[in-house]
Amino acid sequence: MRIAIIVFPGSNCDRDMMVAVESLTGRRPALIWHKQNNLDPIDLAIIPGGFSFGDYLRCGALAAHSPIMNALHDHAARGGAILGVCNGFQILTESGMLPGFLGRNQELKFICKQITLSVNGATNCALTGSLDHKQTLQIPIAHNEGNFFADAETLNRIESNGQVVLRYKSDKYATSSNPNGSLNNIAAICSLNGKILGMMPHPERAMGKGHESADGRKLLHSIFEAIKT
Amino acid sequence: MQVIITINKKPGVLDPEAQAIKQSLFSLGFDDLENVTVGKQITLFIETEDQERAKYRAAKMCEALLANAVIEEYKIRVNELS
Repeated sequence: MRIAIIVFPGSNCDRDMMVAVESLTGRRPALIWHKQNNLDPIDLAIIPGGFSFGDYLRCGALAAHSPIMNALHDHAARGGAILGVCNGFQILTESGMLPGFLGRNQELKFICKQITLSVNGATNCALTGSLDHKQTLQIPIAHNEGNFFADAETLNRIESNGQVVLRYKSDKYATSSNPNGSLNNIAAICSLNGKILGMMPHPERAMGKGHESADGRKLLHSIFEAIKT
Repeated sequence: MQVIITINKKPGVLDPEAQAIKQSLFSLGFDDLENVTVGKQITLFIETEDQERAKYRAAKMCEALLANAVIEEYKIRVNELS
């Protein structure tokens, strides 16, 4: 299984993701600097969380035009798998690989907490097929701009195509089912072909052993199972 | 030529920052306030003397990077005195 993690100036979850991937696959993924123009054939590209280019202009907007993105667009056009987490999700929407936009959290606060997620039973996501739809997942979020927005027509299309993968269910203390104002409680969506997954929660921070939860393992494991076959 | 681009949220897009500012102004007694929008202004200098050309290039830049059409709209103003 060939996995590459794309690193931008300001990425800060790249190494955590590398450790998480290695712990599940036994192989250390390649870290690819954003200035690289080409990608060797890979099974999965991961765009990690962080603050690429200092979140200048809009989160992910400048990273979406980095040299490596041409190679990622080619990879996507060949039906390749991509996972974007947090800032990685923002980069995927800014580059047009996923629909919608991730705006300022409704309460204008950076939110960092454990959150409960439900898996959409009707999802067409090709990467999370082995996830149990009846089970909830405990995975933390940590973002200032995770408020998912799309116009009514796009939102309808995303829903009817089964592109919603995860929704916020409640936080650990069950105070709110929606931490950031996201439309339809959306926490993760995928592309029409189901191969590109963008999610605000950080699975690499829910790997057990010192973490509050090990549910990130389940999510990453399902992705690795999907790209193996 | 100096080009001034103003980028604002499209009507109907939730703008929690503008809402918060509106609330604050209200609580300061500015009760005649009808609406608040928060946007950004980007000033560019484009190498041309042709206003239409400057506007055209600035619009291209907005579409390529400066504005996100999902949530934002932009206005372009050319500064004739520059």
